[in-house]
Amino acid sequence: MAAPYDLNDDSVVVIIGSGAGGGTLGNELAQKGIDVVVLEAGARIEHEDFINDEWDSFSQLAWLDHRTTGGGWRVSKDFPNLPAWIVKAVGGTTTHWAGASLRFQEHEFKTLTNYGKVEGANLLDWPVTLAELEPYYAKAEDKMGVTRTNGIEGLPGNNNFKILKAGADKLGYKECHTGNMAINSADRDDRMSCQQTGFCFQGCKWGAKWSTLYTEIPKGEATGRLEVRPNSHVVKIEHDDSGKVTAVVYADKDGKLQSQKARIICVAGNSIESPRLLLNSASSKYPDGLANSSGQVGKNYMRHTTGSVYAVFEKPVHFYRGTTMAGIVRDEAKHDPSRGFVGGYELETLALGVPFMAAFLDPGGWGRPFASAMDSYANMAGLWIVGEDMPQEQNAVKLHGELKDKYGMPIPDVWFTDHPNDVAMRNHAYKQGEALYAAVGATRSFPTPPYPSTHNLGTNRMSEKAQDGVVNKWGQTHDIKNLFVSDGSQFTTGAAENPTLTIVTLAIRQADYIAKEMGAGSI
Amino acid sequence: MTTIYEQRPGLSRRELLKRGTIGAALIISGRAVISPDKAWGMETTALKPETMATLIKLARDIYPHDTVADRFYAIAVKGHDTKAGTDAAHKELIEAGIADLDKRAGEGGYRALGWEDDRVKILHDIESTPFFQAVRGDLVVSFYNQKELWPHFGYEGESYSKGGYIARGFDDIEWL
Repeated sequence: MAAPYDLNDDSVVVIIGSGAGGGTLGNELAQKGIDVVVLEAGARIEHEDFINDEWDSFSQLAWLDHRTTGGGWRVSKDFPNLPAWIVKAVGGTTTHWAGASLRFQEHEFKTLTNYGKVEGANLLDWPVTLAELEPYYAKAEDKMGVTRTNGIEGLPGNNNFKILKAGADKLGYKECHTGNMAINSADRDDRMSCQQTGFCFQGCKWGAKWSTLYTEIPKGEATGRLEVRPNSHVVKIEHDDSGKVTAVVYADKDGKLQSQKARIICVAGNSIESPRLLLNSASSKYPDGLANSSGQVGKNYMRHTTGSVYAVFEKPVHFYRGTTMAGIVRDEAKHDPSRGFVGGYELETLALGVPFMAAFLDPGGWGRPFASAMDSYANMAGLWIVGEDMPQEQNAVKLHGELKDKYGMPIPDVWFTDHPNDVAMRNHAYKQGEALYAAVGATRSFPTPPYPSTHNLGTNRMSEKAQDGVVNKWGQTHDIKNLFVSDGSQFTTGAAENPTLTIVTLAIRQADYIAKEMGAGSI
Repeated sequence: MTTIYEQRPGLSRRELLKRGTIGAALIISGRAVISPDKAWGMETTALKPETMATLIKLARDIYPHDTVADRFYAIAVKGHDTKAGTDAAHKELIEAGIADLDKRAGEGGYRALGWEDDRVKILHDIESTPFFQAVRGDLVVSFYNQKELWPHFGYEGESYSKGGYIARGFDDIEWL
């Protein structure tokens, strides 16, 4: 058979979501001759139509469905209905991401073993090792064209990077460069090279940054085995009496409910929607939601320990020019408990335009201290902290008790509170970031609080034992053999690195597994 | 984005002086708020023009950029008048909020307080009120998202149509 597929075709693999996990998995399966339907909640917006304007782009791409928040995090106070800054469009958050593509470190797959028991944290070792993932990391890096791998040159450093590098050198940091970026430093894979435009977060209008929107998805479609249905918002997964999942109910572009039959269902809706969907699919057979015999669906929500440091200099920087994430310091990414916390963090340059700087520099801030900071915008440099946060059971994506979406399904309620380890790490990173900029003459710096989460992780976590998590080492749910999770929600722990490369790596590996099991007739 | 129109209000200099509106104060005439140099005017439809004039002052006190002209603050708060036209609760929130500010300021109201410090003291007292939150929360977008203002901050905005910065100074820093 070939795409498009009939709603009653029960031989297809249905993937929910078209981002790093879903888009990659869809293409990988299609390349193997497997029939795939990708249901994407958002519209299909081609890269030429992206907008070089922060608020206009936000309206075009961001996931703005109603959500609520709770817990001690400042995001809940400043942006109570925007826990996450992620995308609702074909390509998912790979349209918005900055492109940083770092492998996890070996010790980060074994946090319980290496960090020991941490009070209040729900640490667990991954059921996979770095060695098992290395061949797949290599495939992902080649697919995405990651700089400083496969003989691909690094990107040139912009002004923001040059300041980071000068400060890193002064502090004695050894590992500072323009990063491992899934952004073309030269033409590659029929995509052009980076034009240093800025606006990476608003979608790359050149297509120089890897996104499933214009790589995996069209490649999969070219096989005739992949159908992407945009504007298809999944509300429920159905199962038969034996417990196997059989169909996906979704609202089509007109809001009309449709049911797509399936042989296998893969959930890749990001770490808020994926657990929400499993919980909203509760039935008499699975009263706590699908794949939730462990009770871990929605739990252990992680978002990386983040924060930013912006600093003002005597002379202009124009840090918004060029690649948004233009360089990295990796020296603090190690696990060194002598710093007062377990795990590590990366420092990566970041720039915002004036509209978003006003919104995020010090949410709620006003008066002369705030306005004078904004007046120094042209002289600012900035970096983003991304560190490993502790999984905690009470940090969770829950179903709202009363509020429902337009299809009658409970909306997600996202709870998060920093673990003391997260706070200690962030404070250390603020101190290092401020010292780095002071070393090159900063006159003022701002320890800026975390933004709404772009790295949403852990809510359907991978575990060796069924009682500890939701999926096994292949992303297959412990409870239901033909139900998979294919996004960052399967992360057992978050590591210090940006998650996309690992999501893609796991998706490539999962495609091999699904194809093998389908071939063997076991699913 | 709401716009304000450029106009020459029908008031002579003599009339203006008679009203005692000299100096930097905004002028109220009928339904309009008019800048002292008569460079711009803005008619209100739902809110009292005096309320709009105070909102403009309040906006500047929230985000004080001394070299930015009043009209940018006027543009930024115009949305409250538009919203008040269709949303009675919003109209009440703004009118009551401004009335409260005037009351706290004493004789002559908020706009008559000469020192920014005295006005800001009042704002700190009402910082957590829904009124202040609504004004500040809207203003952080409606003010800083004005493209005409970006040059003030040294921000160049859209760059794709110019070919990005690869040949336009992405790495031009020289003072390091």
